Amino acid sequence: MSTAVARQSSLPGVGLTMGLTLTWLSVIILIPLAGLFLKTLELSPGQFWEILTSRRTLNALKISFGLSFAAACVNLVMGTIIVWALVRYRFPGRRLFDAIVDIPFALPTAVAGVALTQLFAQKGWLGAPLAELGIKVAFTPIGIFIAMVFIGIPFVVRTVQPVLIDLDPEIEEAAASLGANRWHTVFRVILPSLIPALLTGFALAFARAVGEYGSVIFIAGNLPNVSEIAPLLIVIRLSEFRYADATAIAVIMLLASFLIILVVNRLQRWAQTRIPAH
Amino acid sequence: MTIEVKNIVKKFGAFTALDNVDLKVGKGELLALLGPSGSGKTTLLRIIAGLDWPDAGEVRIDGEDALGHGASERHVGFVFQHYALFRHMTVFENVAFGLRVQPRAIRKDEATIRARVKELLDLVQLDWLANRYPSQLSGGQRQRIALARALAIEPRILLLDEPFGALDAKVRKELRQWLRSLHSEIHVTSIFVTHDQEEALEVANRVVVMDKGRIEQIGTPGDVYDNPATAFVHGFIGESIVLPVEVTGGSVRLGGRPLNIAAGGAASGASKLFVRRHDMQIGPAGTGSLEGAVRHVRSFGPIQRAEIALSGGEGKTVIEIDAPRDRELQAGEIIGLQPRRYRIFAAQD
Repeated sequence: MSTAVARQSSLPGVGLTMGLTLTWLSVIILIPLAGLFLKTLELSPGQFWEILTSRRTLNALKISFGLSFAAACVNLVMGTIIVWALVRYRFPGRRLFDAIVDIPFALPTAVAGVALTQLFAQKGWLGAPLAELGIKVAFTPIGIFIAMVFIGIPFVVRTVQPVLIDLDPEIEEAAASLGANRWHTVFRVILPSLIPALLTGFALAFARAVGEYGSVIFIAGNLPNVSEIAPLLIVIRLSEFRYADATAIAVIMLLASFLIILVVNRLQRWAQTRIPAH
Repeated sequence: MTIEVKNIVKKFGAFTALDNVDLKVGKGELLALLGPSGSGKTTLLRIIAGLDWPDAGEVRIDGEDALGHGASERHVGFVFQHYALFRHMTVFENVAFGLRVQPRAIRKDEATIRARVKELLDLVQLDWLANRYPSQLSGGQRQRIALARALAIEPRILLLDEPFGALDAKVRKELRQWLRSLHSEIHVTSIFVTHDQEEALEVANRVVVMDKGRIEQIGTPGDVYDNPATAFVHGFIGESIVLPVEVTGGSVRLGGRPLNIAAGGAASGASKLFVRRHDMQIGPAGTGSLEGAVRHVRSFGPIQRAEIALSGGEGKTVIEIDAPRDRELQAGEIIGLQPRRYRIFAAQD
C-alpha cells in the first residue's frame, strides 16, 4: 500500500517516512502489546476467567474505571469553565494561571502524590478541616478521585483552548442580534461548536486517569477491595512473580481502555461530520 | 422604521473612530455607508446594532432610545461580512434560530416556525439547501442564508456589514442587484457598509460618504458623484484628474500660467483642481487653457483613454483622460484641453 501511495505522490520521501512510521509504531507499540497477549496465553481460559472474576481484580478494575470516569466528568465541566475564563477574560495573573494548568503535565507524578497526601492527610491543611466535617480523603477512594482530577485537568484545558480561541466572536454577536440571551448563546451556539474538542479532552483525561499510578498510590491507602487501583494490583502480582496474573489484568485493562477510546472516537467522528472544520 | 444618530463619539484608545456623527435614516430607505477602511463606517453600524457602545451621543430607532438596550433586545437584523453562520446547524436551523430563542410567551409553535423558515428560504431562493450545513455552501449562498436568518425575526431595521466583501466579483455583482430587488420587495429600512463606491452608487437610494470618523457628504448617488462636497469625496468617488493650482483673487494659475477658468468662489491660496476624466474637452493645439502631448492611447468601447503629458509648468505632469472616439487621438499629437466641469478645493496640508 505504501508503494501505491509513493507512486501517486509528488512529495519526496513518501516511501522512507511511511517505512519509518510503520517500523517505529510496530517496535514501540504493537510488539510490546503483542508480547502482552502472548504472555496471557500461558494461562488456560479457565484460569484467565478465574483471575478476571476474582473479587480483588473486579474491585480493582471497578475502582480504576469508575473513579477515572467520575474524575474525567468533573474535569470536563471544570476544564471547560477554566478554558472559558482563560480565553475570554483579561484579568491580572491570567498568564500565570495559564501556566499553572500545565503543572500536572510536568510534575513527576510521585511528587504530586506526596504533595496531595500531605495536603489531605488527617493533619494536613485541607485534611484537618475536612476531618472535622467527618470527611476522610487520604487513604480512601476520595483521595484516588482527587489525584485523578489533578492529573487530568490539563488534558481538557489544552484540547479545548485552541478551539475556543478559534471560535469566531461574530458567531456570538450574530446570536445576540437574533435575540438570543446568554444562556441560549452558550448552550445552543458555543458548546455545540466545542463538542468534538470536549470529547477528545474527556477521552484523554479518562485514559490518563485509568493509567495513572504514581500520584495515586501515595494517597490511595491501597487497601485491597477498597482503595486498590488496577495498575497497583498488577505491580503487586509482578512482585509476587505471578507474571501471568499480572498480564491477564493488564490485557483486560487494555481491552477496556481500547473499547472506551473507540466509543469516544465514534462519537467524535459523528460530531465532526456534523461540524466540519470549515 | 427610522433611525436617528446624534453626536456619536467613539474612541478606541487614542484613535477616534467616530467624531461627532449625525445621521438620519428615513423609513424604507436603503442607505450606503461608504468610506475607506478606518473611516468609522463599520463602527457606526455596530453601534446602531448594539454590538458596540459609543462614548457619547444618542441612537434612536423609531424615535425610541436604543442605547438602553443590548443587541438582543433591539430587534435589529445584522448581516456579517464573513456570514457568521452557525456551522453545527443546518441551513434550516440557522434560519430558525431567531424564532426558536424567542421568549416563551411569544414563541411560535413548531408548525408556524417551519412555515416561516420555508417562506424565507423561498425568498432567498435557496429552499433546496434546507438540510445542508453551511460548510457545504458557496460564499454567495451562505450570505443569502445569513440574510434570511436576519430577516426571520422580522427586524425593525436591517444592517449589513460589507455583505459582499468576501465574495468574488461576479457573484458580488449578482448579489447587488438581487439585494436591491429584495429591498424593493420587503422595504425594510436598511443600512449597508461598503468600501466599494460602485456598489454604493449602484445599490443605495442615498449614500453617506465617511472619512476619518466624520461624515463628508450625504446625498443621492447622483449627488455625491456630480456635486462632491469636499476634495475627499471628489477623489474617493469616480476617477479624477487632480492638479495643484494657485487661486489669486478669482484667477486660477497652474505652475504660474493662468488657466482660462473661473475660480467659482474658491478662496485664494494653494488649491486643488479636480476634473473628471471624461470632463476634459479636447481640441486642436492652441485652443483650451491647457496643452499637452498625447503619449499613449488605448481605445475600448465608446471611449479612448489617453495619457497626456502637460506642457508648461514643470512639464512633468501626466494626466489620463477619457475622450469619445469621434476624434481619434494619435500618440505624439499636441492637443488643447479645456475642463468642461471642474471643482476647486483648498489644498489641505
